[in-house]
Amino acid sequence: MEHDVEAEHLVKRFGEHTAVRDVSLRVPAGSVLGLLGPNGAGKTTTVRMLATLVEPDSGTARVAGLDVVADARRVRRHIGLTGQYATVDGLLTGRQNLVLLGRLLRLGRRGAARRAAELLERFQLTQAADRPVGTYSGGMRRRLDLATCLIGEPRVIFLDEPTTGLDPTSRVLLWQTIREQVAAGTTILLTTQYLEEADQLSDHIVVIDRGRVIAEGTPDQLKDSVGREQVEIRLADPGHAETAAAVLRRQGGEPALEQGGRRVTATLSGNLPMISRVTADLAEAGVAVTEVTLRRPSLDEVFFQLTGATAQSTGPAPRKEQA
Amino acid sequence: MSRTAPIPDDGPLLRLAHAVHDGFVLAGRHLTHLGRTPEKIVTGTLTPAVIAVALGYLFDGVVTVGAVPDYTAFIMPGVLAQVALYGIGTTALGVVADLDNGITDRFRSLPISRSSVLVGHTLADLVVTAVNLVLVALVGFAIGWRIDAPAAHVLAALGLLLLFGYAMLWVGVLLGLALRTPDTVNSVSGLVLVVFSFLSTSFIPVEALPSGVAQVAAWNPVTALVTAVRDLLGGPGGVVAADPPLPVEHPLPVLFAAVALVLVVAVPIGTRAHHRAAAR
Ligand SMILES: Nc1ncnc2c1ncn2[C@@H]1O[C@H](COP(=O)(O)OP(=O)(O)OP(=O)(O)O)[C@@H](O)[C@H]1O
Ligand SMILES: [Mg+2]
Repeated sequence: MEHDVEAEHLVKRFGEHTAVRDVSLRVPAGSVLGLLGPNGAGKTTTVRMLATLVEPDSGTARVAGLDVVADARRVRRHIGLTGQYATVDGLLTGRQNLVLLGRLLRLGRRGAARRAAELLERFQLTQAADRPVGTYSGGMRRRLDLATCLIGEPRVIFLDEPTTGLDPTSRVLLWQTIREQVAAGTTILLTTQYLEEADQLSDHIVVIDRGRVIAEGTPDQLKDSVGREQVEIRLADPGHAETAAAVLRRQGGEPALEQGGRRVTATLSGNLPMISRVTADLAEAGVAVTEVTLRRPSLDEVFFQLTGATAQSTGPAPRKEQA
Repeated sequence: MSRTAPIPDDGPLLRLAHAVHDGFVLAGRHLTHLGRTPEKIVTGTLTPAVIAVALGYLFDGVVTVGAVPDYTAFIMPGVLAQVALYGIGTTALGVVADLDNGITDRFRSLPISRSSVLVGHTLADLVVTAVNLVLVALVGFAIGWRIDAPAAHVLAALGLLLLFGYAMLWVGVLLGLALRTPDTVNSVSGLVLVVFSFLSTSFIPVEALPSGVAQVAAWNPVTALVTAVRDLLGGPGGVVAADPPLPVEHPLPVLFAAVALVLVVAVPIGTRAHHRAAAR
């Protein structure tokens, strides 16, 4: 398989502090990789190394088949970058920003103007095109940011937290644009703090924490790696709670009684066959059930489980088990 | 659409052409900024204009400095040299502001030459210097300054001021990269302006200075600039000493040498330092 991004054991230190300890990743051409990690994990630093903005202290990376250090200049012809912090000029208008970058990408004065008009239209910025970007809302700015990195029709796009600070509508709009871009064959590496975003957009996810890769796989594989489903049983009669708990315990779970015995939950493995055994046992024991639900772990739970294990006191507290 | 064929590498000449093109495009960005904040131009004219009025208008005729007959005509080249020196601070502040801006990352992710960002910046600031020179000259005319020289000489004088001014902009690049905060840039560039301007023959003829100071002032590149501009504009040189110091007698070679030295040192060091500063 052709890979548009290949990083091997990247390391980056800032003085005493090691921002990236050991990150290796591969992004197949035309796919989306989500780089996930808590604050300070090294996401931005990794992206900046891949986008030729900082040189790794050790390790190698190739983007579009070219080495990011030795061939940095040529790599830049194939990439588009949207940094974590707005990378547009607030004193220029949206159109001027796009034309400026278009001209630097050698589209010519006319070509740049045409491309700018096209992108403004596509990102619903035509109305605001001739206002200084300083007057834009956060969402408009982010859209412009994304538009600017598409000017040169790059083969690989790096998006560092593209939707941070956006309202749900703008976020969905941006997701849609990103999907269109993927459909057109672009390779995308995006970092995000939103698990749902990674889940929605990525073909493959790499989770990093404290500068190291701690897990990777498809969103489904990651959920499976946590491995267990949450079973939730609602009882018509709280008096049956102990019986229901005993049924779940026989399947290997550690049931918890909630809402005064109206609800019994447990984490179990075994998918649907397990659930049918549970319901059969409950019926046999004469427990009246109003609802049985089976929920896969959310990516959030995967994330907390993974990073909680390495973060100890500094990381986000693992979210309490909830129904 | 995104499967681009490999692009062959550009030859050195094409690369130079691209670098110049990109420099001009980026200069356009800064000039657009100025269009939105025209007050930035005015600030560059304030100090020199005040000096021109204070010394050339208020003091003229009250104090006699050395053997200078027309003091206003004597100091105006020095006042214009201050405009050129003021550019140090302008560029330094601009460089500091851009480093903290995400747009620097964006430019650096583009396939443009390393130097074009700073070339664009300094070209735009050179336009500011030129506008300021004209504005301050107008203030000079308003307080009675008259030029008695052919147009070609006036243009040559402007050329020298711009040449020196451009070198100062690169000094500003280094200053901005070394200091990294607007406050320190402001105070240091203010100090540089005062020291280089007053420790020269801008306002006092060389023979009127105490001998130790006179040596320093004579070799200050501002003296070479001011003397050359005075010669071109036909103003009073104030040179009565039988044996003037070399930079006063032959200002042009000294001026060109100083400008060349500054550019040869500051351009590569500035470009590299800027690259390193932005790569953090
Ligand atoms: N230029 C720098 N100088 C010193 N330390 C830095 C620099 N850039 C990043 N770091 C440190 O490296 C670590 C990783 O930073 P990085 O910005 O890559 O994290 P991140 O995963 O992008 O975090 P966030 O989610 O907050 O954006 C952090 O501890 C950060 O403080
Ligand atoms: Mg970050």
